[in-house]
Amino acid sequence: MRRTTVILLRNPLSMLGVVLVAAVVISAALADYIAPFPEHRGAVVDFVHFNQGPTARNVMGTDLVGRDLFSRILYAFRISLLLGVVVLAIATPIGTFVGLLAGYLGGRAEFALMRLTDVFLSIPPLVLAIAMMGVLEPTLLNAMLAVTAMWWPWYARLVYNITRSEREEGYVLAAEVIGASTLHVTFREILPNCLPAIITKMTLDMGFVIIIASSLSFLGLGVQPPTPDLGSMVAEGARYLPDSWWLTVFPGLAILVAVFGFNLIGDALREILGADQ
Amino acid sequence: MTPLLSLRHVSKTFGSGPRAVRAVRDVSFDVSRGECLAVVGESGSGKTTLANMILGVFGQSSGEIRFDGRALPSRRTLEHRSAIQLVQQNPLSSLNPKRSVGASIRLGLDVFGIGRRSDRWRLVENALEEVGLPGDFRRRAPAALSGGQCQRVAIARALACQPRLVILDEPTSALDVLVQARVLRLLDGLRRTKGLSYVFITHDLSVVRNVADRVAVFRSGELVECAETGAIFENPRADYTRRLIGAVPVITDHELKLRESLSGGLPA
Repeated sequence: MRRTTVILLRNPLSMLGVVLVAAVVISAALADYIAPFPEHRGAVVDFVHFNQGPTARNVMGTDLVGRDLFSRILYAFRISLLLGVVVLAIATPIGTFVGLLAGYLGGRAEFALMRLTDVFLSIPPLVLAIAMMGVLEPTLLNAMLAVTAMWWPWYARLVYNITRSEREEGYVLAAEVIGASTLHVTFREILPNCLPAIITKMTLDMGFVIIIASSLSFLGLGVQPPTPDLGSMVAEGARYLPDSWWLTVFPGLAILVAVFGFNLIGDALREILGADQ
Repeated sequence: MTPLLSLRHVSKTFGSGPRAVRAVRDVSFDVSRGECLAVVGESGSGKTTLANMILGVFGQSSGEIRFDGRALPSRRTLEHRSAIQLVQQNPLSSLNPKRSVGASIRLGLDVFGIGRRSDRWRLVENALEEVGLPGDFRRRAPAALSGGQCQRVAIARALACQPRLVILDEPTSALDVLVQARVLRLLDGLRRTKGLSYVFITHDLSVVRNVADRVAVFRSGELVECAETGAIFENPRADYTRRLIGAVPVITDHELKLRESLSGGLPA
């Protein structure tokens, strides 16, 4: 763990990733204290300052109803991170459980679980999420559900592949000969060997989940106004390009910073943990 | 006296129809208490399949395997699992790289309920000391150990389960010559002090001559010959056994003298 941290901090690119992610997390956590206009995260109208470019008062300008964009972006980070963490916290255990059991048990269990996974993988992720959100009410909770439904199969596939190769290792046979239970062999023996790949994928996926969630909001199927969301902010501003460029550019940059940061850390972890599976 | 392990007309076929592979064919032999039976043969002769059947990894297609006078059930009881243990060929892959050496050894103690829960780490340390490693090695990761040390840990793991029969599946073939000699000496000593029986699977006949009481020669899943070690080397009956012995690299007079000058002087 200490070795990982040291290597992470020595590489300039991964260091940049750590700084970007730390900036996003800290600004989301302390949004109430950092944001110059905390009340602007809700349904506030300020027609005196509406649709203004960057000024000393509003460093990233204001939106069409006069709300401070910088304040709204800080709160939007909160939603994006919450969505990423919740989606991964649900999708990763489900996918890992399915992959471990299918990879270790083989036979009918493997066939049933992996064909179910294939069904989910065969539908383009965004299309599946759009279909789900079309049926369900577009709320933050349903957005989480939709993104989770399209995310767990990737973990199932990843863990399944590692488990298949680990199953042939001598330590698994040793545990089986001793008479260890299926749960022990899968969760105590094989799972620790899958963790580097899982952790790396989770870090990379934080960025992708933020993009997918923003895409859903961009299409009007994600988080609904007045809750600040990076995707819906970009969508709203896109109609006023290029005149009111700040409406699109700053939320877009915010997405870029968050996704880029997580990707840099993910790439570094992949090298450090040797998780190329 | 009833043999500890007894195989009667044991066969194993994988698959069915024209693609069926008969890995082991009508094999019968006994292993007595305290005996070391070497199972030799070239790769693909069915040695490991035989070991897996004895261990209960998979069942035999026909025939009977008896342990201590009773037929082994296809689903092994805890008592049988503890009594028949395995030491594998590759010492590095036989230990989980993500678990400490001690955790790997302790697994058997936990599964079989050996010793009191609070005593088990001490038992793990005892097992390590029995194979000539310091007890505090239990905290180490397998990656921090050499190949020979890993194999000693694998032997300690098997011994901690208090077995009566140990299947040694090419336990020295992944080790260099000096380490091989040390591990063989350790195994021989443990057999004598603990009264263990070994099924020693190997393709290395020079190892067999030093450790085995009897030798079973396998070819294409069939038992070609089974006799005392001396008889096998001095008076092999089967043509295949003669060819196997003929393929052993011959030691020159000069090397023999060198060995004599070193006798007892191999590094510990």
